[in-house]
Amino acid sequence: MNEAATGCPDAGTSGHPPLIKVERLSKRFPGVIALDQVDFELNAGEVHVLFGENGAGKSTLIQILAGALQPTEGTVSLRGEAVVLESVHQARALGISTVFQEFSLVPTLTVEENLFLGAESTRHGLIDKATLRRRAREVLDRLGFPLKPQQLVQYLSRAEQQMLEIAKAFRTEPSVLILDEPTASLTDREADQLFSLIEQIKRRDVGVIYITHRMNEIRRVGDRITVLRDGRYVATIPAAEANEERLLQLMTGRVISQVFPKIAFRPGETLLEVENMSTQSGSVLELSLQVRAGEVVGLAGLVGCGKSAAGRACFGLESVTAGRIQFNGHDVTGLGPRAMLDRGLFYLPPDRRAEGLVMPRSVRENMALPWLEFAPFSRWGLLDRHGERAAAQELARRVNLQPLNIERDVEHFSGGNQQKVLLAKALCQPIKLFILDEPTVGVDVGTRVAIYELIGRLCEAGSGVLLISSDLPEILHLTNRTYIMYRGRVSGQVGGAAITQDAVLGYFFERRAA
Amino acid sequence: MTEPIRIGSRGLGFRSQQLFVQLGVLPFLLVVAMMVFASLSGNFLTGQNLLNVARQTTYLAIVAMGQMLALLTGGFDLSVGKNVALTSVVGAMIMSNVVRGHPDAVGFAVALGMLGGVAAGTFVGVINGIGIAVFEVPPFMMTLGTASICFGLALTMTSGVPVYGMPDLFGNIFGFGRLLNVPTPVYVLAALIVVMYVLLAWTRMGRYFYALGGNLRASILSGISTRFYLFMAYVLTALFTAIAGIMLTARLETGEANIGASLPLDSIAACVIGGVSLRGGTGRLSSVVFGAIFIGLIQNGMDLAHIQSYLQEVVIGVLLILAVVADQLRQRVLLRLKD
Repeated sequence: MNEAATGCPDAGTSGHPPLIKVERLSKRFPGVIALDQVDFELNAGEVHVLFGENGAGKSTLIQILAGALQPTEGTVSLRGEAVVLESVHQARALGISTVFQEFSLVPTLTVEENLFLGAESTRHGLIDKATLRRRAREVLDRLGFPLKPQQLVQYLSRAEQQMLEIAKAFRTEPSVLILDEPTASLTDREADQLFSLIEQIKRRDVGVIYITHRMNEIRRVGDRITVLRDGRYVATIPAAEANEERLLQLMTGRVISQVFPKIAFRPGETLLEVENMSTQSGSVLELSLQVRAGEVVGLAGLVGCGKSAAGRACFGLESVTAGRIQFNGHDVTGLGPRAMLDRGLFYLPPDRRAEGLVMPRSVRENMALPWLEFAPFSRWGLLDRHGERAAAQELARRVNLQPLNIERDVEHFSGGNQQKVLLAKALCQPIKLFILDEPTVGVDVGTRVAIYELIGRLCEAGSGVLLISSDLPEILHLTNRTYIMYRGRVSGQVGGAAITQDAVLGYFFERRAA
Repeated sequence: MTEPIRIGSRGLGFRSQQLFVQLGVLPFLLVVAMMVFASLSGNFLTGQNLLNVARQTTYLAIVAMGQMLALLTGGFDLSVGKNVALTSVVGAMIMSNVVRGHPDAVGFAVALGMLGGVAAGTFVGVINGIGIAVFEVPPFMMTLGTASICFGLALTMTSGVPVYGMPDLFGNIFGFGRLLNVPTPVYVLAALIVVMYVLLAWTRMGRYFYALGGNLRASILSGISTRFYLFMAYVLTALFTAIAGIMLTARLETGEANIGASLPLDSIAACVIGGVSLRGGTGRLSSVVFGAIFIGLIQNGMDLAHIQSYLQEVVIGVLLILAVVADQLRQRVLLRLKD
């Protein structure tokens, strides 16, 4: 696999060593190999896109380059010299600035205080506020960001906070800039501003490592693309040669037909019927949708379009102010999670750490948690620990948990196996409708395929599935009908052979006459 | 998660590290404490003295078991000390007043007083539970507030003077009574340990305490009525505390507003030394009981070694901090061993 790394075109830096050269870099966490002998190169004045699924190792690689993590083995060279990056501070001093996906801002401090946090100019040991403000203005003006230095960060929008994070990377003159999905919360205009900024710094010979999932961004700013999969290096290709098909294949290691199972849809009676539903938070407006038994219905749209809130509202996690939710023929508007679980509707949250699993408890306890009132988990009002153990063991085998140890704490499993535990929670009792919110986020390819197969089996066994997903291929290849949401409303609905990328994406941005 | 110990494949250091990870810091501390105090005083390891330790530790162990429930849910209860004071005062006042009016109804007076005292203490938990579970007041502020309220009420009711005049029967049975040479309080402790074991290991409520401390959101999504169980955790904490309070009153034979000052710290220390996570979600009942016994042993050993009580406070503080440091260390060793 090294031939591909060294055999790729050396974007016009004949003779000079690359800006960054990473050789045989590995990082092991307890029970997980996050990065396995990865090679990577960045030249001055290029934008090198890192591509791969969640959990492929992109974040680990950039965290090592940013100095936030130390590699287990392997070397990092900067302009031909081996360096040990011990801290973010030291990496920054060497010219490597990173904009992480997760913000590291202090909400109660102002823009300028955040901008120079840890690097305040001082005079006679006291903070030199006048100089700080002048430098803050300089940085913000140079970047063209409309932020006021005295604003409190807690009042900034997400996009403004993102700008501030980027500005922090530019408070010194970086020679390497690492951007981790920087456009995730920017509007198109703000993203355009960022792209012209990237063009500008490329001309100053800054090397940019850019992580994104979006094809149009890769084509727009990328020079080369390196694909990682399951912590391993796969290939480096010029951005000009990249197309969706090829990247998806490199990313998953399979052709599409091997990733997605063929599901035999047999739509039966209507299970879930939502009519003109609006939520108190305002994130869902006059939404109507239907899910039948024996089908997988997709709910797609941009981040923040309300698709997740719609699923949560059906499970009673969001207050509904108008409209009606019917499940299995009964009005269930306003009922909470307990009532919905008992009626046979399960909601799988998108963030397993925050909402899905009790991390410091065992697999067995997590699987049984929603069902302790019922057999085989309870008998005569007390817990039936033998029944529980047998049921958990059976489920763990069914979802192919690895290692197969139901007494191990969930936090000691890899992301993919944690997701299996989360799914197994839904399989303890007969469930009629599964609302799966981003069911494959942060899992490896193997688990992803296993989850798709499980969805297929559940559907063919007569359950309904509402698949809420930001992963377009998932929507395109698994659903037999898909609703697309835009700003809280359903902007379109496509079904069967009409579920194509263009058709779905067309509804992502603008509302068409339905 | 416990790996088999591979004897011979690595050195002694590795094996003691593995023991450390599996058992925590407590067994090591217990062994060291026993050796130190046995060498300082010949009386320490006698059966009579150890029985004394068991009796003295009863009150702390009961409160620590209650405190454990609050800690499991990710909170804590700082009002346990003043709760004991309030329980003691209310129980003693009921007993002495009833027996003054009806000198013949001694048994009735004792029963009514014990029930009244425990009810008063448990009511403090109801208030804590409502504040924390319904109004979402942080446990720190809520229980600090109720601690002040309890203390103020206990002082007001007694004008700061100890309450005398309880029937002798009360102290004779519950304070100084013995059955088969084992003090009554030890039986009470044993019964409460069984109750607690059943609660934590065999009931939904116990399981939910762990779950909502481990991840509140995940518990809500699992259909658990988290407010109700959070409320119940503080009610049960107060119930256990109040039982300890009434037992202590029997031992002291007076109702006192000034007792229990060190209980919040000591009970949290017993739990933390026993490995209960301050973040909630993890902790074993047996370790908490041993944590309380350890603190009892230390205090008893220091008494025998004629270390004055003021200095004993210093030692308990140091031990608490060391226990937390050791636990952090254990997490790190755990990660390294996993590698």
